[in-house]
Amino acid sequence: MSTSFKIYLNKQTSAAPLAVFRIGFGVMMLFSIVRFWWHGWIETLYVLPKFHFSYYGFEWVQPIGEYTYLIFAVCGISAFFVAIGLKYRLAIIAFFLSFTYIELMDKTAYLNHYYFISVLSFLMIFLPANAYFSVDNLIKKKTFTSIPKWTIDSIKLLVSIVYIYAGLAKVNSDWLFKAMPLRIWLPSKYDLPFVGNSFMQQEWFHFAMSWSGMLYDLCIPFLLIVKRTRWFAFGLVVFFHVFTRVLFPIGMFPYIMIVTALIFFDADLHHRILGLIKTLLQPFKVNSSKFRTERYQYKNQKIILPIVALFFVFQMAFPFRYLLYPNELFWTEEGYRFSWRVMLMEKMGYTTFKIVDAETGQSFLVDNSDFLTSLQEKQMSFQPDFILEYAHYLGDHFKSQGHKNIQVFAESYVALNGRLSQPYVDTTVDLYKEKESFRHKNWILPFNDEIKGF
Amino acid sequence: MLKKIALFFGLALIVACSSSDDSSKGGATDNFDRSTLLTNLADNIIIPSYQDFAPKLTTLKGSIESFVATPNQSTLDATRKNWLTAYSAWQRLEMYNIGKAEALNQYYYYMNIYPVTVADIETGVSTGSYDLNAPSYHDAQGFPALDYLLYGVATDDAGIISKFSTDANAQGYKDYLMDVINQMDNLTQQVITDWTTIYRDQFVNSSQNTATSSLNKFVNDFIFYYEKGLRANKIGIPAGVFSTTPLPDKVEAYYNQEVSKALSLEALDAVQDVFNGKSFNGTATGPSFKTYLDYLNTNKEGQKLSSLINNQFDLARTEIEGLNSNFSTQITSDNSKMTDAYDALQRAVVYLKVDMVQAFNISVDYVDADGD
Repeated sequence: MSTSFKIYLNKQTSAAPLAVFRIGFGVMMLFSIVRFWWHGWIETLYVLPKFHFSYYGFEWVQPIGEYTYLIFAVCGISAFFVAIGLKYRLAIIAFFLSFTYIELMDKTAYLNHYYFISVLSFLMIFLPANAYFSVDNLIKKKTFTSIPKWTIDSIKLLVSIVYIYAGLAKVNSDWLFKAMPLRIWLPSKYDLPFVGNSFMQQEWFHFAMSWSGMLYDLCIPFLLIVKRTRWFAFGLVVFFHVFTRVLFPIGMFPYIMIVTALIFFDADLHHRILGLIKTLLQPFKVNSSKFRTERYQYKNQKIILPIVALFFVFQMAFPFRYLLYPNELFWTEEGYRFSWRVMLMEKMGYTTFKIVDAETGQSFLVDNSDFLTSLQEKQMSFQPDFILEYAHYLGDHFKSQGHKNIQVFAESYVALNGRLSQPYVDTTVDLYKEKESFRHKNWILPFNDEIKGF
Repeated sequence: MLKKIALFFGLALIVACSSSDDSSKGGATDNFDRSTLLTNLADNIIIPSYQDFAPKLTTLKGSIESFVATPNQSTLDATRKNWLTAYSAWQRLEMYNIGKAEALNQYYYYMNIYPVTVADIETGVSTGSYDLNAPSYHDAQGFPALDYLLYGVATDDAGIISKFSTDANAQGYKDYLMDVINQMDNLTQQVITDWTTIYRDQFVNSSQNTATSSLNKFVNDFIFYYEKGLRANKIGIPAGVFSTTPLPDKVEAYYNQEVSKALSLEALDAVQDVFNGKSFNGTATGPSFKTYLDYLNTNKEGQKLSSLINNQFDLARTEIEGLNSNFSTQITSDNSKMTDAYDALQRAVVYLKVDMVQAFNISVDYVDADGD
């Protein structure tokens, strides 16, 4: 390890930015959980469906009926504890576990920003986010005004990875030279006030949005890091995310990103924010002036640092796993998830399953709505791992009903980014015999087109 | 630095704007007025279809009254003729499960759920206790129940007439028949009144892109009907596509034994006419899914999506025309022709459900969750 790096690791900085970040994160998460509950999505996504699509290797993570609400309650309460900084380490671990469990229950609901939350909360387990302005300070009568600088930088790095990888993913021919899928999505916003009838319909605007979206993602971390451009960059962050919120149903994500971007600012801004919170908390009459103030030092930095380093190596390498697979990534989606590929595709499919008795040749088609919710059917129809898992579920189901010599065949048509729908699955392959694995699924038919780029 | 960034973005914009693309769409503003599409649907297709259907149903009701009053061969023949006329007209309406039709807990549930459950009808006739408003009686009323009562209740015409005249349960049969037609007539009047008084304007003005707007609901209803009401019910289910063996007794108008093909063709025409925005009374076409697709310039490998869809409808029509006029007979003699027709219909489902919906990018009714 070079000495300059050692010096960097020992560098201290104000604890205020991380405290503000912890509060913002906790409040946002609490709000997200409440919102999710309020919309009834726990019921529709996790309790009502008969069958859930699992991640490979995580088949054991299932909703637990009505008790699923309990997991959400744990998640919400731990988010609140994180926000106020009470039993922080325990709270953030509980949050990470409950939130990740929720996300693993059914991949139908997979969203990149949920993955972001999981990854971020994992990182936060190792950060002293309760060092300052937390209830833990009150209990221990001890507060830390400075913390290692790398802890704050690690969050900046994670956020930068997300933006830059999302930007790189946009460097592809569909996005840049066909303005796809924005060209499909934007004109359908015709009922927006002011812009709906004008900008949204114009081709130059679709291209402008595609290109500036790509440039935004690639540049914004640097603009946030450089002090001179920081406020300008923050203005862009707010504009960009609010604008996408108006256009697309993306829930809490824009607000989370806006709050997260505050981490890039210097400590005086965070002190002002905390000052504001203090005036709000005036009625509680907390006197913290007598607390001992210390510099926060890790007792076990030798263990923590390698974990964090490994975490980042993984974060940087994992999105490139798609290179190990043949065929077009957007088509096969092998290595698509967990890679910050956001809003890149307008993809729809229609997939039907035929149950065949291998001996008599008798067959019948399955009505998907007998087994899947509409959202599950929609997601299943164009994602190979869903198709395979569902084929096995159907095979098992009809076997238990007394059918014999079962074969399961799928007929599937998929349309990607405005191309005409085309056959997706080899109709001669018995999917009941195919096993899920990380290997390429050779029963996916070729794309017959090329999308250049990342 | 700021200036450089501004310059950078500016340049990027210029690059973006000038990058060539072969399928450029003209028009600086949104030139497609979706409310004209809805207006064309309402004024030239939907309401005229109801106005055509309602009197035909009233005529049928009149002839049923005559038949019940004097059951004989001539009143039976007249009733059957009017039944078929009304049943054909119905094929133009079944897909409009919107507005009052939907609010009645699905008007079509009371009009055309088949196969009928004969036991429910016979028990109702002999005991006099039945409730046509109950969900369990959906498959014991409407056109399929009339089909049974007018064609299938006995093996020959004399037997059928005697059921309504000399049979011990003759009064029961008469009451049931009258109750069925009254229910149909009553519901139809409610739906048509709603369309011609308040609903027409609501329908036409609800052209936003939301899950509950009439445009989006209509697209969903249209596709749902094509997939379920036409493709599955009329062809797929009887052909055994969804079961291990063919089910020839599940065809539409099973007891009539002559018109299942005619009714299917009428339904397919209805679907295609709605797609093309063709007036009910005439040959003029107006704003429609077809013109909307053409406006969106949905070209697929050099072919217009709207043409692909129309070609596929035509192909399906050719397949159906080649079938026996009684699908039951066709299924028993050569079911492969039925499944061929099914396959032709099926391919259009993909075009409609995947390609057309993707082009419209409508908010589909089933997805209620955040996106990415």
